[in-house]
Amino acid sequence: MGRAQDGDRAAYERLLREIHPLICRIVARDHRAQDRIEDVAQDVLLTIHRIRNTYDPARPFGPWLAAIARRRSIDLLRRRGRSDAKEIFDELAYETYSDPGANREQETRHEADGLAEAIATLPEGQREAVELLKLRELSLIEAAAITGRSVGALKVNMHRALLALRARLRGQ
Amino acid sequence: MSMALDTDRLIATLAAHAKPVRRLRPPMMRSALWLLLVAAIAGTAILFLANWGMVDRRMSDPKLQLEMAGTLLTGIAAIIAAFHLSLPDRSSAWALLPLPPFVLWVASSSYSCWKTWIVQGPEGWSWGHTAECFNFIVGVSVPLGLCLAYALSRAKPLAPIPVAATGGLGVAALGAVILQFFHPFDVTFLDLAAHLAAVGVVVLVSSGVGRISRV
Repeated sequence: MGRAQDGDRAAYERLLREIHPLICRIVARDHRAQDRIEDVAQDVLLTIHRIRNTYDPARPFGPWLAAIARRRSIDLLRRRGRSDAKEIFDELAYETYSDPGANREQETRHEADGLAEAIATLPEGQREAVELLKLRELSLIEAAAITGRSVGALKVNMHRALLALRARLRGQ
Repeated sequence: MSMALDTDRLIATLAAHAKPVRRLRPPMMRSALWLLLVAAIAGTAILFLANWGMVDRRMSDPKLQLEMAGTLLTGIAAIIAAFHLSLPDRSSAWALLPLPPFVLWVASSSYSCWKTWIVQGPEGWSWGHTAECFNFIVGVSVPLGLCLAYALSRAKPLAPIPVAATGGLGVAALGAVILQFFHPFDVTFLDLAAHLAAVGVVVLVSSGVGRISRV
């Protein structure tokens, strides 16, 4: 981590890959579903990136990492509890409603695949903007901190990406 | 896009944008630097603005010395605790550090209030300069609090509420120390209540700010 703080990108990438399974194990104590664990683990990776200046190389790395993973895991558990309390989940509602939207579940899945393919074809900067701002739901400032691009540049990339996606999906 | 691929791409993106970062200095050193800065500014203000005749007379009172020691130690301990709590891997037990001096502060102030009450009778319950005390502590805490919030925000605390609460206690206690140099009378119960209410308001407001700033 000390080398990553000094800007050694290869060491940083190796470290993130090595700690990813450990983060998943810590997160799995609070979350059950595999996709949920992966989501939280990704959030922990982003947090580590954001506060990597707080690591003191004179101290052990494990407790620093474990504290961040535990903290984020519990935060997201709480946030999920709050959003679950406000949402109603009714599996049968799709089948009981008579409106045409009831059959859209399958169609939506196909559309999601098409969208993922369309995003993959975007130029690097635009794809990054869509992934960080829309798929990861980061703020402009967080995305700017990760990519090193200015907020203005991210907005422009996002705008162009949306135009390109709209044109492509309409053409399908 | 599979999940593993998603994480894979995220790691690659993070690594590709990993610029060198400036490590934070140890929290003890950061809190010492911050306290020195405040001591220099407050010291200069006190040197030029305090009524030294009154200060000399009041400071010779051992009760007031004890009260001042309790208040000052509460401020210092709370600031040290806030700098430690702002880091992810420090124990949350740091939040308890300001508790013993806080007890000393309240106990010694209450004792001197009680003495004032005994000596002065109903005057001991008078409003004194309660509103000024309240405004002074809150007024001093705001600039100190903003300056502290900037220093603490460099750690981007994951649990900002305890950091903001201890930081708020620290700046309010330091405000109460500075107040003693401009406080030409012994505290009455209502003065003490004003001091503690001001501390409470600062702690509550800073905790509220901490809650909003939570990621």
